[in-house]
Amino acid sequence: MISIKEIEKLAELSRIALSDDEESALQKDMGSILEYVDQIKSVSAGALVEQKMGSVKNIFREDSNPHKSGIFSDDLLAAAPNREGNYVKVKKIL
Amino acid sequence: MKIDLKNLTIAKVRNSFLKGEYSAVDLAKAYLETIKLRNKELNIFLEAYDDVLAQAEAADKIIKSGKAGTLTGIPIALKDNILIKGKHASASSKILENYVGSYDSTAVSKLKEAGAVFIGRTNMDEFAMGSSTETSAFGPTKNPLDVSRVPGGSSGGAAAAVAADMALATLGSDTAGSVRQPASFCGVVGFKPTYGAVSRYGLMAMGSSLDVIGPIGKTVADVATIFNVIKGQDKMDSTSLNVLSKSERLSRPHLRVADLTKFIESIGKGGIDPRIMKNYKESLDKLSKLGYEIKEPKTDLSMIKYSLPAYYIIIPAEVSTNLSRFDGVKYGFWKGGEDLMDDYKKTRGEGFGKEARRRILLGAYVLSSGYYDSYYNKAMAIRGVIEKVFKEVFEEVDFVATPTTPTAAFKIGETTSNPVEMYLAEIFTVIANIGSIPAISLPSGFVEEGKVQLPIGFQLMAPHSEDNLLFKIGGDFMGEVI
Repeated sequence: MISIKEIEKLAELSRIALSDDEESALQKDMGSILEYVDQIKSVSAGALVEQKMGSVKNIFREDSNPHKSGIFSDDLLAAAPNREGNYVKVKKIL
Repeated sequence: MKIDLKNLTIAKVRNSFLKGEYSAVDLAKAYLETIKLRNKELNIFLEAYDDVLAQAEAADKIIKSGKAGTLTGIPIALKDNILIKGKHASASSKILENYVGSYDSTAVSKLKEAGAVFIGRTNMDEFAMGSSTETSAFGPTKNPLDVSRVPGGSSGGAAAAVAADMALATLGSDTAGSVRQPASFCGVVGFKPTYGAVSRYGLMAMGSSLDVIGPIGKTVADVATIFNVIKGQDKMDSTSLNVLSKSERLSRPHLRVADLTKFIESIGKGGIDPRIMKNYKESLDKLSKLGYEIKEPKTDLSMIKYSLPAYYIIIPAEVSTNLSRFDGVKYGFWKGGEDLMDDYKKTRGEGFGKEARRRILLGAYVLSSGYYDSYYNKAMAIRGVIEKVFKEVFEEVDFVATPTTPTAAFKIGETTSNPVEMYLAEIFTVIANIGSIPAISLPSGFVEEGKVQLPIGFQLMAPHSEDNLLFKIGGDFMGEVI
């Protein structure tokens, strides 16, 4: 059974604020889900060979032919909740 | 004039347009009228766009000039996680409530080029996580055939829109069954292409290694038409590919369908409605009468039963990664806290619903050091084995058949307390996503509950890239001439 401390750690890692009630509910729910998925543990390692998942791989485009600077900026900045001129505004980081 | 929306198909509409029986504006008005009448009750559309008639007018001009394309004037709706430039898209989440798409998804660009008219965006489970559309931040959608029941999910709005005659066809997305299961619950056709067959550029990412955009419509022909417009390798999606236009298997004297009764009963563990099993056998008989060979496969399919548990390790992992971009900085909902970290925690804590938060934390868990190997890596390895099992079984058959779902549409609120119970709704659909193969759900009958006839679906799966085979068998099963 996953502990409340572990739930708190995971919430911290995920940057999500949870109330005490939410933490208890999650403890219960995650417990049942983990119990369900645990059945994969019964699959013996011998049955599994290092499998490559299809042909999915990252493809990078050539670092050339950039688009004209600024043509998308307005559309993108329009979506930012906090904006100052051409900057996305955030609270201080350091 | 009164247009009979119930029996429309894309072909019928194109014919009527050519003959001048009605215009694209007439047709768009008819759908908007239905939305006006029933959307408040059913909550299918989050938004009907304000420029539908303008789009239809432009379509009419093209039709009059004799230059009508494949879909000119055809009214289509989009699941709320597919971007169309300048229009809201929120993945039915509070965290994107006011977000406006800054570009067209490739699927939408292609539909635009073909002349489609976009009616609006349909309700879904938040960030596509769910099988009932109950996790939407904007209220559940009701099944048009029985408003006390769910339409399925996560593309519940998209399937319900077709069933309720609010759109001729819709685009949904399918990661574990989210196109096929609601199609089955609503009595319409839902198609999940081979992973990569339709570009994911502009589809809000949930499970990047599993997500596929899929069409929903009333007929196999309509679903095939839409698929053929939106498919194709796209440089904006490195996982996209071109599927076969015509399978070599079609030159066989007859096609073979795997009867999976034994396997179904073993993984269903008594949770399958016996009327659905009866309908499954009847569906196989129907195919047999149409000239398909029904056989019990010799291949050992037992590893396929790990599809759902493997999925519920892989998907939270990918979800926790994909949803980390929602931090109140670049777009979407923002809640201010004491400092930047507090901004993130409050924004995400409040902006995300319960299921999203649950899967994000679960993902963080299965990816954390000490667990990564025994959970995520093992699930991925199991996935590779299941792909291999399907490749093997497709050496002795051309299709694999199952019921689409273990039950018909359940009541709103019935399963939301127990997460695992909800997950089991996708036990037959998820195997196609994990196995990287295309699948289609065909309306195959009804079960009676009280005075209502609830639709049920028959699911067929084909080998990777052989999507066209499903249109052949689907068309035959539905008695359509394609």
